[in-house]
Amino acid sequence: MADPIPLSMTVNGRTRRGLGEPRLTLADFLREQAQCTGVHLGCEHGVCGSCTVLMDGEAVRSCLLFAVQADGADITTVEGLAPDDETLHPVQEAFRDCHGLQCGFCTPGFVVSVVAFLEANPDPSDEEIRHGISGNLCRCTGYQGIVAATRQAAAVMKGEE
Amino acid sequence: MTKAAAAARYVGQSVKRLEDPRLVTGHGRYVDDIVLPGMLHVAFGRSDLARATITRLDTSAAEALDGIHAVFTGADLNSYNDSLRASLHPPESPAPPANMLADGDVRFVGDPYVMVVAESRYIAEDALELVDVEFEPLDPVVDYETAAESDDLVHPELGSNLAHDLPVPNPAQQEAFENAAHIITETWHQHRQTNVPMETRGIVASWQPHAGVMEVWASTQSPHELQLVGARVLGIGEHKMVVNFGDVGGGFGQKMFLGREDMAVLVAAKLLASPVKWIEDRRENLLASNHARIEQMAVTMAVDEDGNFLAADLDQLEDDGAYPLGGPATPGAMATMLYPGPYRMGPVSWRARTVYTNTCGRGAYRGPWQMESVAREQMIDRVAREIGMDPLELRRRNVLKPDDLPYQVSTGLFFETTISPEKTLDQAAEMIGYDDFRAEQAKAREEGRYLGLGMALYIEPTSMGMGPLGTESAMLRVEVDGHVNVFMGTGSHGQSLETTIAQLVADELGVRPEDVTLHQGHGSGYGFGTGGSRSAVIAGSAARGAASGVREKVVAIAAHLMEASADDLEVADGVVSVKGTPSASMTMAQVAATAYQNSDALPEGMEAGLEHTARYKAPPNTHSNACHICTCELDPGTGKITLLRYVVSEDCGVLINPMVVDGQIAGGVVQGIGGVLYEHAVYDESGNPLASTFLDYLVPTAAEVPELETGHVVVPSDTPGGHKGTGEGGAIGAPPAVFNAVADALAPFGVYPNRQPLDPNAVLSLIASASES
Repeated sequence: MADPIPLSMTVNGRTRRGLGEPRLTLADFLREQAQCTGVHLGCEHGVCGSCTVLMDGEAVRSCLLFAVQADGADITTVEGLAPDDETLHPVQEAFRDCHGLQCGFCTPGFVVSVVAFLEANPDPSDEEIRHGISGNLCRCTGYQGIVAATRQAAAVMKGEE
Repeated sequence: MTKAAAAARYVGQSVKRLEDPRLVTGHGRYVDDIVLPGMLHVAFGRSDLARATITRLDTSAAEALDGIHAVFTGADLNSYNDSLRASLHPPESPAPPANMLADGDVRFVGDPYVMVVAESRYIAEDALELVDVEFEPLDPVVDYETAAESDDLVHPELGSNLAHDLPVPNPAQQEAFENAAHIITETWHQHRQTNVPMETRGIVASWQPHAGVMEVWASTQSPHELQLVGARVLGIGEHKMVVNFGDVGGGFGQKMFLGREDMAVLVAAKLLASPVKWIEDRRENLLASNHARIEQMAVTMAVDEDGNFLAADLDQLEDDGAYPLGGPATPGAMATMLYPGPYRMGPVSWRARTVYTNTCGRGAYRGPWQMESVAREQMIDRVAREIGMDPLELRRRNVLKPDDLPYQVSTGLFFETTISPEKTLDQAAEMIGYDDFRAEQAKAREEGRYLGLGMALYIEPTSMGMGPLGTESAMLRVEVDGHVNVFMGTGSHGQSLETTIAQLVADELGVRPEDVTLHQGHGSGYGFGTGGSRSAVIAGSAARGAASGVREKVVAIAAHLMEASADDLEVADGVVSVKGTPSASMTMAQVAATAYQNSDALPEGMEAGLEHTARYKAPPNTHSNACHICTCELDPGTGKITLLRYVVSEDCGVLINPMVVDGQIAGGVVQGIGGVLYEHAVYDESGNPLASTFLDYLVPTAAEVPELETGHVVVPSDTPGGHKGTGEGGAIGAPPAVFNAVADALAPFGVYPNRQPLDPNAVLSLIASASES
């Protein structure tokens, strides 16, 4: 077991410092030391996407990164998206409107992935949506509501609705 | 229930879910989010061999590691073993030897034989590396088709690998076979799949010494099963077992019962008097939680020259694995009894067997008996092809019509008048544009393209009103400020009960859904939980009953205070008012405050307070029905199947929340699509599981599934509210519909599949077998 090393990163706009062994994953750091329990672990091998967070603006799987790799980075988790306690981010609102979630376990990863996807492709076709979110697994919804939510969020964020 | 309460203001509306604001922002509370002071973490050491004797097990080096609190083996926990049975499993019925940890030998890959409890999961897994264990491998029993004849025994204590054998011959069936124009036989195989909730299993247990209280948080579908069985395992009373229910990330049957690991964690927490957490990892979930659908049904059907079904003979065989989750199951009996489905099938003989193998135990998976629909609907397409009749026409000829209802099935089932299979068949055929598709398909075949259409029609027994499953209760309390708390024995894990129960209560009581909070787990009355497509009918009716009881009192109090006649009052959105004179009104808060804090102002003799408990006992069955039709294109070069369209026509009675119903259907359908085309929890012949990650066990993604189209036929059931269950149906109808579509696309090659998965390799092999013959 290696000695813990100091860590510091910005998480949802606040500086978070902690200590972690080199093998500590970013997901475990965020969940256990930064209290971001919206980061969910569904497979811990980089397939399901439940642990997706934004690192310096890019969607990454926090189960596949060590916390030390994120030292100094700017991290946004699902908790950091809504502007205030009463208002949802348009992607979150769309997931609610379109029944894009049932059990809700995969949802944080999907929401973060869709935020990053729409940032890169603000006007996607349905096929692009389906491929764009195919790196995240959902077992409840059959993806119907998630595809619809992504469509709605894209329209809202472009100012169409 | 008062008639006035029946006005549906919220029932029938796609009310946005009350659960969602916390879940979309990451503020749900799942079991792994529970952190207690001094909490310890568990990792299980699991067998890498399918069957072996443990010849050496030395945990001393693991125990010596810094941060380790305990290392348990089977010998440490065996004294608790007598009590390990699910409440659906009668103590007198046969079962494999109960244990939490393997002791002396291991019986499948993933069998836990050691349990490490440490300050962190990281350290617990380090310690597993230090456990000194040696195995003497034995020949495993892997093939369930030959398991019953094998001299190698999965559970030597039982003397046989045959777990159940239930033959039910029917002389009328044999007679009908003698003069039939057509006798057609096929054996239909499903393959090993698993539930894959996105949240794995997990439990946190905290023992309070001297108080004698065990407090638990768990990812469960059934808080009361955990309370009841957990208390029994620990040797405490249910009044000392506190089960907290938070968010649960899916289950699909997997979280209905306690696993061996859950029980081991409860015992460890008591022995150590420290809070203990176990969160299953995905590999454990794929290898050692539960598998399902490992079964086959040999079907022989007799049909007359006009295509009328005359009789059927069924032989069902299912793999129970080593330690079936929830006890050894007899879903085969259900599958065979249900085989006639929505048709006049004639007399049926059947036999249902289950066997033990050295593989992961079988457990409930969404529609655990759906082999009935798989075998029947695939068989009907097969019969249609054999006798040269269109499969839709063959179904129309034999489907139960309104005049046939109620209907006594030869296998003992009874269908009430409120089913509508013919209507859903017609609606689905119209939605898909059946004739147009057949024309398009014919044209495509001329162009060398292979399109297929598959359909499946079924009746689903929901909300079974028997045994431990038969009832649910609701304790409803209007608080002093007029808001409503309702306590129920359900275990919503994606079904949206916080919203749909609130809708029912809102209408029945006369409040807004957002004024109602559903509480599950500790403090609720006994109920079997959420599974078996039972919550809408059974829990929903209990909620209605409780709300109705409180409403009567609300009206009586308001009438007394307002000096009005109770008959003239209506209650809606938290306001009691005189019909036609809205200015004469009181708020629910005013009524409640009077009931609790100014009880002298209540009508004479009325009990203070504003609460009511109701328990609903369901009828034996409330059947829903549906028809699925899908179309596909087969690429003969690669074997790839692309689904083109997918329509579902269903009748779940009165819809509480159409958005939620469509969501339940969609989720089930995509699990069925995944099962037929992608997912396979495959073992090699030595019993090694080959799908231990999501790179091998292929859950469908958004890129693989089509847009679903859903139609609703609404024939209200006879239960309060007229609802029928709908949670499992999607996963029942989809497998045979998809299978039949692929079989139809393969028809020009002159081959007929009889087993899944129909992945590209399987499809190419079928095409190759055609060109060889």
